[in-house]
Parts: sequence; C-alpha cells; structure tokens
Amino acid sequence: MVKKSFVGGIHPYDGKELTKDIPIKAVLPKGDLVYPLVQHIGAPAVAAVKVGDKVLAGQKIADAGGFVSAPVHATVSGKVKAIEPRRTVFGDRVMSIVVENDNYYEEIDAFPVKPLDQMTAEEIRERIREAGIVGMGGAGFPTFIKMSPREPDKIDYVIANCAECEPYLTSDYRRMLEEPENLIGGLKILLRLFVHARGILAIEDNKPACIDLLKELTKDDPRITVMELKTKYPQGAERQLIHATTGRLLNSSMLPADVGCIVSNVDTVITVNRAVTRGKPMMYRVVTVTGDAVASPGNFLVRIGTSYRQLIDEAGGFKHKPAKIISGGPMMGFALFDTDVPTTKTTSALLALSRDEVSEAGPCACINCGKCVEVCPGRVLPRKLADFAEQDNETAFLKYNGMECCECGSCSFICPARRHLTQSIKSMRRILLEKRKKGEIK
Amino acid sequence: MNDLMKVSSNPHIRSGLHTSHIMLAVIISLLPATGFGIYQFGINALVLIAVSVATTVLTELLFTRLMKKPVTVGDYSAVVTGLLLALNLPPAAPWWIAAVGGIFAILVIKMLFGGLGQNFMNPALAARCFLLIAYTPIMCNFDTDVFTGATPLAALKNGETVNVLNMITGHVAGTIGETSMIAIVAGACLLLLLGVIDLRVPGTYIVSFAVFLVVFSDTANPAFVTAHLSGGGLMLGAFFMATDYVSRPITKQGQYLYGILLGLVTAIFRVFGASAEGVSYAIIIGNLFVPLIEKITVPKYFGYRKQKNS
Repeated sequence: MVKKSFVGGIHPYDGKELTKDIPIKAVLPKGDLVYPLVQHIGAPAVAAVKVGDKVLAGQKIADAGGFVSAPVHATVSGKVKAIEPRRTVFGDRVMSIVVENDNYYEEIDAFPVKPLDQMTAEEIRERIREAGIVGMGGAGFPTFIKMSPREPDKIDYVIANCAECEPYLTSDYRRMLEEPENLIGGLKILLRLFVHARGILAIEDNKPACIDLLKELTKDDPRITVMELKTKYPQGAERQLIHATTGRLLNSSMLPADVGCIVSNVDTVITVNRAVTRGKPMMYRVVTVTGDAVASPGNFLVRIGTSYRQLIDEAGGFKHKPAKIISGGPMMGFALFDTDVPTTKTTSALLALSRDEVSEAGPCACINCGKCVEVCPGRVLPRKLADFAEQDNETAFLKYNGMECCECGSCSFICPARRHLTQSIKSMRRILLEKRKKGEIK
Repeated sequence: MNDLMKVSSNPHIRSGLHTSHIMLAVIISLLPATGFGIYQFGINALVLIAVSVATTVLTELLFTRLMKKPVTVGDYSAVVTGLLLALNLPPAAPWWIAAVGGIFAILVIKMLFGGLGQNFMNPALAARCFLLIAYTPIMCNFDTDVFTGATPLAALKNGETVNVLNMITGHVAGTIGETSMIAIVAGACLLLLLGVIDLRVPGTYIVSFAVFLVVFSDTANPAFVTAHLSGGGLMLGAFFMATDYVSRPITKQGQYLYGILLGLVTAIFRVFGASAEGVSYAIIIGNLFVPLIEKITVPKYFGYRKQKNS
C-alpha cells in the first residue's frame, strides 16, 4: 500500500525514544494552581468565582465569554486565592484565577449521564461545550464550535489526528496505547454528530504498535478506518492531514468543514469521551516532559493549572544545564524564559534542550538554494516571503501568498544559511492578520 | 527573575546543514574533473587552478577587510568560483589570465553586487565571458603539448568527423575541466546523491538541448548528438553552473523553464552561431531571465482556489 502523505516536509531527529516506552504517570499538583482565562482561541472566559470562594475539582470557575470561547473548570478543591494577571507560556500576563489546593481533591458531582444512544446530537454538543473542551493539539479552538458546522449532514470524514508528527512528543502515543477504547469511544461519539461521516484514525507509520492495536479494536466497525501515514513533519498539520487522508485540498481561509471534514486531536477525542460518558469536564491532559537536559523524561497525566516547574521536578529535574526550555515541541513550541507558568488546556509537552541550535549559528547570506521551497507544505516561497517581510513589503507579501503559510517551521529548520525564515514570515503574518481584523486590508 | 532562559521564535531545532557544507560538496564533486584536467594537461593546468582559487579567495578576503564587512571566505563559495573559473580556462593560458578572471568574478560580479547570494550572474561564467571578449586569442587557443588544432566541436562545425569515444572519456582538446564527460558526470552523481542538486535544471537543459539540436541542425545521427552532448562544456555547464543556486530560479516550474531556455539558446549558438561553443553565453543569458521566470512561475499554494472562501 502506498503510504499517504503530502508534498514537502522534513525529517528532523524525533527524540521520541526518550519517552515512548514510559507509561503515563498521574501527577498530584503541589502549590497553587493557576487558571488563565485565555486558554483557547476566542473571547476570554469570565470569572464565575470570587476571591475567598471555596471550589471543588470539576467546578466551573469561569464562564465562556462569548460564542467562540470556553468555560474553565477547577482541577482541585480548595480556595480561590486571587484573581490577577499571571505570566503564561506566551510571556504575557493574562488574568488568571489562582486556587490554593486543599489537597482533598473533592470532586463536584458529574453532569448527569445518559446512555449514549439516548442522547441527541444537540445534547452531545451541549455537553462538549459545558465541559470546556478545546482543541488540545495546540490551537485551542473550542471543540463544540468545530463540532457544529452549518451543515452537519455534509460532513464525510471525522479524522482523529493521531499523527503526532512533532518531534519529542509522545503524549498522544501513550494515550493511544494505554486507553485506545476511550479514543475509539470518543470517535464514535463524534460520529453520532455526523450521520454520514466515516471515522478515520490517522497515524504516522513510526507508531506500528498503535496502528496494530487500533486496527484490531476497530476491525468490526464498518464506519472506522485506521490510516497509516508516512512519518514526516508536519504530517499532523490539519490541512496536510486532510489532504493525506482524503485527498481533499483546502487553503488557509477555509475550514475543514468546507471540504466535509472534522479533525480532532487524540487527547481531545478522549476528553470528549470522558465528558459525554462520565459527565466530567476537561480537567486533565497528558504532558510529555522530555529533552536531553531532563534527568528522567516521562509522560505525565497533569491536572490543568499545575506549574511547569513542578513538572520538571517530577521528571527528576535537570541533568544538564538547559539552554532552552520549550512549551510544546521543538518545531512549533514556545520558548519559555521562566518555568513559573501554569500548564493549560493546550500544553502538550515541556522540552528542555541542552543546546540552543538557533543561537549557535547566526543567519548568513541566503544562497537561494530553494530548500525552503522544497520542504514548504504550504507550497509558497519562504525565501521570498521572508525577504518581503524583512523589507516591510506588505503588498508583495500578500501577492506571493504569504497568508497561506502555516508557520510549521520547516523552512527555518532546513535553511543552510540559518535564516530565521519562519520568524520573519510569522511576524509579517501577525501584522497583516491584525490589519485584516481591523478591516484595513482584505 | 534573574537567570532567565533564552527565547526565540519557533522552530527551535536546525537541520545541521550549513552553506559551507554545500560548497564543500560542490568542491569535492569537481575533483574528478579537476584531477582529470591536471592529469591530461599537466603542470600548467595545476598552476591555473591554483592561481584562480587563490585569487578569488584573496579578492574576497581583501574586499571584506577593506570594506570592514564580515569576512565570508569561510563559506568556501569563493573556492567554488575559483575552481569553476579555472576549469573553464584553456590549459595553455598564461597564469595571469586566471588572476584577471578571478578578480573580475569576485570583485565585479560578486562583491560589488552585495556578496554571496546577490550576484545576478554566475561569477565564474561571467568572468569567462569577460576573458573571451577581452583576450580572445588566448581564450580560444586550445593548442597544448597533448593536442593541437581545433576542439572537437569546432571540427564538427567544419564538417569533419570526430572520435566520439575520446570525447566521452575526455581525450580531446578543450578547457581544463570540460573534456571528460565521465569525470564530470561522476561528480554530478555525487551531488545528486547528496541532494545538493536535482535533475530539474540539468535534466531539462540536456534533453531540450538535444531536441533543439536535432530540430535546428536537421541531423539525428546519434554520433553527432553524442558529440554535442559530451563536447564544449555542456556537461560541466549543465551540472555545475546552470545549477548554481544563486543565479537559477527558485521556483520548481521556473527551473524547468530555465532548463528549456538554456537548451534552446545553447542549440541556437551551436547551430547558427559563429563560434562552436555556446554553453557559457547561454547560461549567463539565462541568468538574466531569472527574475522574469520567477515572476511568472509563482507556485499555486496548497489548497489553491480560483476564488478564496469558496
């Protein structure tokens, strides 16, 4: 069988052997938990508690602040200590609810649970919304909106994104191995929302154990297929994944639903399963703590709001002095200047590297080698776009399809002149997106 | 808040590939042709190669020092230019020809336009063309101790027959590095294997040249076509100079177009031109079309729709 994939892409060292065989370990948070009101794309959530209030694990502490937004739930029991701006992984300060953990972990009553076949699609969507579920692959788009396209009947595929193409990350891999039934259960729930859709579990071929396991478990289900994909970064990028699995193409201004697809990450699907079958809101996620600077890397089931600093302690601290600490993977993650930030709904990994390859060799003259063009999954010309961005040439940047860049980082990775291509393009895109929002450009 | 970590935009890892690695790969791949040239033409070829490389490197070093710019000779691109220039010189040329060519290539074509990556022409070829015009008798004299008389392509043009086998192995008159098709293709294979170059430009160039040659000259004789393919620096040009990153288009479609253009122009020069050669001129003319070619071959982005938001 020809393995499915897309044109372009790169093969970085994947570092997954550090943690792929290490079972997920649950971590009890120490110290205060911090819940930023912005952990998703859209309007900030609005605090629903006051300082001094007693909260229980699973209790909603912030309401959705608009249609595109998501509520936030406490993940421990304790007292609301403060509602104040706190530092997040992005380096800025965001209004956050700080809960002092009383270490009893008293849980609030779950949402009432009904057998799945008695739930209507609307009830399922409402449950996903109430549970505060957002895309856990990184973008943090509220899941219930994704699951409410204008014409649900026209959705042909629900794709569980099991690619995990980002180097070093094994949180999805462990989830698939350890609770495949919850993943398949979650996918079946989503398939109930889209009556004409087929379910696809899309996995890169560097995870044969998962492929075999999921194939075995779904062999009697005519609606679900396991699809093997070539191992290549960024195979799990939404648009590239849709193209690889269904052959359909979409550009940056289209939504997957426009081509009849819904894509959701492994952990998100599992969280949906938990919310619908057990009535629990989004409280946990799996975080891979890894990198060559970490003493004993591992995968941890973390209560959202736990501090990054504690995760490093859980992984045995540092064995080498880290040169760079990254929230997420090395390709698309965010570098942290301080580890005193909370894990959020979109934290997939904490990566500590003893070498900072970016600052080791500065950018030098571009020789027009075209490797960036070769690897670009968006089929644009990174070399030219970066030039336009550096020259502040917005018109040319738009004309050369700069907005089609997905910021995957492949061009910077491959560049023999070590140019900061992604960085330049990304900055320009941010400026233009802001202008587009204000209506200054189309 | 002391002891803050370093931050930067994603991605946080790099492939390990560096410009200097690419240049080194090119230099190594040119060694078979260089070695054959020295073996065949003797000590003067070695002198020319040494002078040419030394001049290009020294010119770049001096220029960057005098202009108080970062020294860039460490990327080996000047060595590549020097070597390519020498391989394009007649083996009996005086040493100062290499020096004049080297200075012209680096100073005028490369550094004055902004250094590596900014030159709009291949520096080695531009220097060769400059020398061809300025010192025509020297540059067109291919008489050596080993061979006398016309180059095979010139002989072919005069209606004489040539020994095609000798042309493939390289036992013919010509510039230092262009004679042996085998040595050049061996080096090119290394570059292809290393992924430094691909077949888009050289493949289209060679194929389209063969097609245009047959069409224009109205001769499909295999010996004639093979002689043209192996003679006159076509292989050296196609694999090592038309593929020069800086002066070829960056778009994939553009590279095919560029290859076809080179094939067309080379065939025109060889069939209708006054000189038997044509590769060097074809490539620098092709270089001039690169901005235009890039402009009309902007690729369709992933998920292209005629109308956005369909």
